Amino acid sequence: MAKRIVVDPVSRIEGHLRIEAVLDEQNIIKEAYSSGTMWRGLELILKDRDPRDAWAFTQRICGVCTTVHALASVRCVEDAIGAEIPPNARIIRNLMNATQQTQDHLVHFYHLHALDWVDVVSALSADPKATSELAQAVSPSWPKSSVGYFNDLKKRLTKFVESGQLGIFSNAYWGHKGYLLPPEANLMAVAHYLEALEFQKEIVKIHAIFGGKNPHPNYLVGGMACSIDPNSDMAINIEQLNKVKKIVDDTNTFIDQVYIPDLIAIAGFYKGWLYGGGLGNFMSYGDFPESDVDDTSSLLWPRGAILNKDLSTIHDVDPRDVNQVKEEVTHSWYTYAGGDDKPLHPSVGETTPNPGAVPKMPYKHLDTDGKYSWLKTPRWNNNPMEVGPLARVLVAYAKKVPMIVDTVNYVLKTLDVGPEALFSTLGRTAARGIECKQTAGFMTHYYDKLMANIKAGDTKVFNNEKWDPDRWPSDCKGFGYTEAPRGSLGHWIHIKDGKIKDYQIVVPSTWNASPRDSNGNSGAYEAALKGTPMANPEQPLEVLRTIHSFDPCLACASHIMDMNGNEISTVKIL
Amino acid sequence: MKKETTYAEILESRGVNRRDFLKFCSLMSVYLGYSSTFIPTFVRAMETKPRIPVIWLHGLECTCCTESFIRSSHPITADIILNMISLDYDETLSAAAGDQLEAVRKQIIKDYKGKYILAVEGNAPTKDDGVYCMINGESFTNVLKETAADAMAVIAWGSCASFGCVQNAKPNPTGATPVHKIIKDKTVVNVPGCPPIAEVMTGVITHLLTFGKLPELDRLKRPKAFYGTRIHDKCYRRPYFDAGMFVESFDDASANKGWCLYKMGCKGPTTFNSCPTVKWNGGTSYPIQAGHPCLGCSEPGFWDNGPFYTRLADVSFLGTNSNADKIGMVAVGAAAAGMAAHAVGTAIKKNKKQKSETANTEEG
Repeated sequence: MAKRIVVDPVSRIEGHLRIEAVLDEQNIIKEAYSSGTMWRGLELILKDRDPRDAWAFTQRICGVCTTVHALASVRCVEDAIGAEIPPNARIIRNLMNATQQTQDHLVHFYHLHALDWVDVVSALSADPKATSELAQAVSPSWPKSSVGYFNDLKKRLTKFVESGQLGIFSNAYWGHKGYLLPPEANLMAVAHYLEALEFQKEIVKIHAIFGGKNPHPNYLVGGMACSIDPNSDMAINIEQLNKVKKIVDDTNTFIDQVYIPDLIAIAGFYKGWLYGGGLGNFMSYGDFPESDVDDTSSLLWPRGAILNKDLSTIHDVDPRDVNQVKEEVTHSWYTYAGGDDKPLHPSVGETTPNPGAVPKMPYKHLDTDGKYSWLKTPRWNNNPMEVGPLARVLVAYAKKVPMIVDTVNYVLKTLDVGPEALFSTLGRTAARGIECKQTAGFMTHYYDKLMANIKAGDTKVFNNEKWDPDRWPSDCKGFGYTEAPRGSLGHWIHIKDGKIKDYQIVVPSTWNASPRDSNGNSGAYEAALKGTPMANPEQPLEVLRTIHSFDPCLACASHIMDMNGNEISTVKIL
Repeated sequence: MKKETTYAEILESRGVNRRDFLKFCSLMSVYLGYSSTFIPTFVRAMETKPRIPVIWLHGLECTCCTESFIRSSHPITADIILNMISLDYDETLSAAAGDQLEAVRKQIIKDYKGKYILAVEGNAPTKDDGVYCMINGESFTNVLKETAADAMAVIAWGSCASFGCVQNAKPNPTGATPVHKIIKDKTVVNVPGCPPIAEVMTGVITHLLTFGKLPELDRLKRPKAFYGTRIHDKCYRRPYFDAGMFVESFDDASANKGWCLYKMGCKGPTTFNSCPTVKWNGGTSYPIQAGHPCLGCSEPGFWDNGPFYTRLADVSFLGTNSNADKIGMVAVGAAAAGMAAHAVGTAIKKNKKQKSETANTEEG
């Protein structure tokens, strides 16, 4: 008899996500339903505000992938008003973006995802000497690998567990047969969980230097506010730049000597668990422009789409094309005036919440035949798409970007698996690590570029030509994009008489976590869960593993901003 | 039988020696504004108190508070804080999920009645029966009420939980409501900021654990130790303000020299926070130091006090210390009355500031 399990709240993510799954007699997942259970209505809040403030509002969509909405927003407003930014501003933004990607991926791997693969309690039975040998074998240069180091950690861990107060490790799935690492690998991973927690906060100091703080560093339409002057003690000078350099170097070391070796070591034990592939459709807007952001040929992360796992054909993606990206609300708690199943481009989108469609609380199950999520359903040319690190890596691999081809081949060869292994939960997790190594390299690249410009006498970071709204067209529209850690992010704006008329956003986790469309096609989460066997339906370890591999960000996903002139009048909940 | 561990034992077990431990206690007591005579009290408390369970709820929010919290930059706090308290329920960090995680929350409420801390990140949507934030099939509002009922203390992390923040900005589509307006039968400590500074968050918890009581709060229920002065008062660019030397355009020659950002819209004169003293990310910088005006993110209703790049008062009022302090004093009155600062700006523009102090009592 089929049974239905519920995982709510899904922890170790950003925001509020609920998964319902139907299992067959063998406890294999037959159907899965993904539901975003929060909505904040920011789309209504931006209306009539100063477009130069929009980055700050949209940045507050998410504090985990902080910075990405701000970046997309300033690009969007600059596109609308025709503002050019100085090369240094582009370089600093790219450096901040690379910093964000790197820190976010690191935190995801260790603090949001690792406990799906690492059994903390098993680490208590590790032999410190064998752990030391293991650590030195997988990463010969990393200094924290002595017998004494692991002996101390084991003692601390034992004492912690014996205290009976397990804190964040309380009531989890320790001892589940899905955990395959030997005790020594578990102990090494716990050590690196703690080391990464210490180190991640160093990386984002780059945001504090250029943006004043993190989370939520400051951006600026027209460039950046952080003046550079090597001869001033009140601007970014050589002391601050040296600090950046040290952080960049330390970050590369940590990724190379801790993250990547751990990833390969852990993946080696799980390469038989290749569930979670899902859709096989992938999309990336691309990012890291070397020249103007509209010059897509200059993107270090290329743009494109892959359908049905066919890496031989890369489809062109144009987010400005009103026929490509569309959203519908057949299974979402919203209403469209022209029919919930009639997809609309964001520029003509509607956001009319339908709170009456939410089941009366407390509820045991959602009405998954009807509406069941605060997320809308975006589709590209009617196809459900996966976005994020795996999509980007596959697009870059298919486009033969040398660094990605080399790293992917290295990882596949080391693990002794074929390229088909990439289409899995593990492949998604590996792609994030591969990409993190790349973005750490970008940090070095952008630091070097910035220093070369300063050395050549160019310290300009802001262009004030279009700062004054009097110099803007009275009616203009813009598009801004970025690849956030979790995937393709697009902002669209309509400015009228210096104020925001419409602001629309389509967010990565909405692509991945969307409910079904009117044709009954699942989004990426739902598709990835199907076919996965569960060892014990009472302990949803396998579900968490696959969902976490996408790095869900539900605050983003449920804040799709679709506004148009008519929409305010259709919202009656105010 | 569960054996509860003291902070000192944990510090020791994590390889922190006695000397570093004393340094930690001294620094925390200084952060909290206590004289050195209190340091032994700190030390004693940290050595003997068991770890207090913390339930950390997430409502309508963006998780920037949690992200700030894990940036805690004191040499030992980032590591220690996970063990100084027992963070038994936190959707962002907990290993367990779903029913197993909910079981932990219920168990803590039962086993530690009146002895656990409730920390809240985000706020509650009150419109439409709370359907805009649901956890395990229940409204966040109900989860919040249920968990608060037996809490020893309630901490509202960040501007969402304290005052409402971005989803509460006009027109507040979901009826987003700060924690103190939902939990009315006990003191809610407001720790505003978008997000709050990591060491401020750490400091509030440390105070509570050490002295067994809440830190002294101002009229907006903010700890005085961290929200007692305006950013303007401690800003290193203040001398330029007093001298009337202002940045006129971003990245101009005066910006390179670090002149005052008041004309660029800086909200430092009306914002109470520790940014210029504690700074951000391990003392690396703060927004003004990086050339950007303060957005005023720890003040009630700051999203509706903009636009961000518009100066607080008309240019004719600029130039002297006296005028600036008048602006500041109005802001003190405004903060005390819970008044929206944009009303202050408007009132000053109209040169009717005497009315502004009593004009509006709506809280942001």
